[in-house]
Amino acid sequence: MPNITLRHPEDVMKLSRLGSFHQSKLSFLRSFIREFKNWEFNRDIFDLDKYGYGVAVYSVRKNKRVYSLICFSQLINAEERSDRVIATKWDAAFVLHDGVPTKKDIERLKENVPKQEIGRMSNKELALSRANRSVRIFDYVVNSLSSGKQPDTNLLNKVGYLYRTTAVYGSGKFGLADRFRIKDREEICGPFRLEMMLVYLVRQFTFDQINHISKMKNPDEFISLDKKIARNLGIGNSTGLGMAPFIVNHPTLLHQWIYNRETALKEIRLIENVKEKEIKHFKFCLEKSKKNIVSWFTDSKYQNKKIKSLKNDLVKFKEYFSNLDFVNKKYLWNEVYLWIDKYLDEECSEYLISMMMEPYDKIIEPLVKNMSSDEDKYFNIPSSRKLLDLKKIIEAKYNSILNINFKDKKSNTFFWFISKNKEEPRIAKRFDEPGSDLEQPLAIARDIKKLYEKISDQNLSKTVADFLVDHDELRHVVRRIFISEKFQYSEIQDNTISETLIPIDMLRLKLSFFGAQKFDPRSDKWLRICMYQGAPLVNELKNSDDNWIYNSIN
Amino acid sequence: MMSFSEIETVSKRASKATGYSWGISEEIGKSVRVLEMFNLPGISTLNQYLKKIKNKHPKKLKNISKINKSDEELCPIYTGVSILDNCNRLENINIIKFFNINYPLLIIPFLSRSSEITNKTIHATLDEVKFTLNSNKTIFTNIEKSNVFKNTKELTIEFSENKNLFTDIEWKELYKLSENTFVPESDSLKNSAAGAGLTDND
Repeated sequence: MPNITLRHPEDVMKLSRLGSFHQSKLSFLRSFIREFKNWEFNRDIFDLDKYGYGVAVYSVRKNKRVYSLICFSQLINAEERSDRVIATKWDAAFVLHDGVPTKKDIERLKENVPKQEIGRMSNKELALSRANRSVRIFDYVVNSLSSGKQPDTNLLNKVGYLYRTTAVYGSGKFGLADRFRIKDREEICGPFRLEMMLVYLVRQFTFDQINHISKMKNPDEFISLDKKIARNLGIGNSTGLGMAPFIVNHPTLLHQWIYNRETALKEIRLIENVKEKEIKHFKFCLEKSKKNIVSWFTDSKYQNKKIKSLKNDLVKFKEYFSNLDFVNKKYLWNEVYLWIDKYLDEECSEYLISMMMEPYDKIIEPLVKNMSSDEDKYFNIPSSRKLLDLKKIIEAKYNSILNINFKDKKSNTFFWFISKNKEEPRIAKRFDEPGSDLEQPLAIARDIKKLYEKISDQNLSKTVADFLVDHDELRHVVRRIFISEKFQYSEIQDNTISETLIPIDMLRLKLSFFGAQKFDPRSDKWLRICMYQGAPLVNELKNSDDNWIYNSIN
Repeated sequence: MMSFSEIETVSKRASKATGYSWGISEEIGKSVRVLEMFNLPGISTLNQYLKKIKNKHPKKLKNISKINKSDEELCPIYTGVSILDNCNRLENINIIKFFNINYPLLIIPFLSRSSEITNKTIHATLDEVKFTLNSNKTIFTNIEKSNVFKNTKELTIEFSENKNLFTDIEWKELYKLSENTFVPESDSLKNSAAGAGLTDND
């Protein structure tokens, strides 16, 4: 049997690799659909005027559990519409409510939800979002449908959605319910499941709304949006730097995500006899998925280079794989993986790893249930341990970080801060712009190295508690080091303030676990994505299969 | 109403803004969250304390001994962190006294977490007010809920071994009663119930 282990964190946790991750069976969109496919979806209220403004309520129900999406759609002027997170008005605002909302709840939420960050929710609300109509296609689709024509799919495919969100909030933000209140519910055990539910229901609202507006515009000639076309539309999302600190601030959660992905890869490589139907399934998904690559449009040079590399490598892979002799081959996937790792770039390697998971529900499903983390459990610092322990852990877990020269300005180029205007994370150049005195504790590599240098001068038999009395400025990284001792994939093995940092790599890592596709960087600090493109419509859920992600008709 | 997540985040940031390090501020965020979860005035107490130290940051407590007195008022946060970091050593001292602690309610969550780490109940007495802290799961107190202490003359903390509060006789009596849920084994049950018929002499 070949010696197959988990990939080493120093290989996996580099930003260039993490920024090459793609959606997989572990992704939250897909696990949401699998979990909720047998729930009952209803449109309970649809009180919109002829322009589509008003209130709508959708519910998701099973036994006694009900979740309701309340949608508020309003008129905004063109100049008020902005897809930046700094906007203050949106075409539509949404909240996911726990249970069936009363009239009083809806009135209360009507006053607050459209205000988003400056409104207040209650602990009966679970997630909050807003979205704008696509300027490129929304009116065009209305005009088409109201004149009895289906819209041109070529144009729709370039956009991929009718609405684009700019934020989806959960877990206690703006008065929403804290995660601990609901975390034990079996159906929402996975991370971000409620946010995924919200986005899925918003997608249905966008279809219902556009049909409604089109019908009101010209009831005689109107036709409904073709289901095939609707299925191929998702919900857009503009995502900025707000997501990047999340993966630094939640080390045990990050570990769970990566560890499960790596465990899946290891278990697949360990399959001794790969069945023919599994190879067939892999080939089927790979072939279908190529449509998503061909229809992956971006103006970003950075992303286009990656897409080009992906396309080229997929050609190489196809040739390799079609010449592979499967008969009596033991540990086929291991051999394939070793070839991929040797000959292909990270973008394609990670793509194919996601594909290799496709035939293996039995491996993936137990891992999906293990994607969350009880973070508070690991918050205490084991301060009675010795500095020698701390030093050894740093040397073992942060070896490559210790080689970074932080005396070099290039290693200290950026600092992370929270903007006063929007209370959102931002990044700026340390030596050019003010504010670095209010730097957020996200320069983990720099602080780990600082700690290492500090303890190297100390008596290593000293306890961590004694050391911290005089060095509490390093307490936040001491905590992390003990976490990384238990959780090997909890740290990004890179410098998050380096001149070479590409922040969207951090966003893409998180978004790939969400299940987003078609990453479209608009700069090195924000990007657009599409969620649920190809997903079954609510009335198709029961009979849907998990390959929907590759059902794009592009 | 603010969520506990907001309470933790704002407490952490406000503490950092007042001069605590990020690591200490993280501890403060968790502590205020614990106080508010137990319906104790965490935010009010922190707010008043941070205002008090705005212009003069408190000193750290370098070492904890059986009796802890200082010319200056003790900082509840540095004292709390110090107790937390040293709780495995301090549990052997058993009873520890601190004098002149500012806004002492802020020390309670650190004692609560120390109780969890040492697996011992901690009794804390802040002048007339008593707290019993069990493994960071429960906090019993006779404090008036809205009372924001500004200062305590004396804080006594006692690590107590977890021991039963009942007598042997009480236990035996209750155990005897519990036996009434068992089925007496007849000869036929002895022959047919689990394990019957097997010989495990080896």
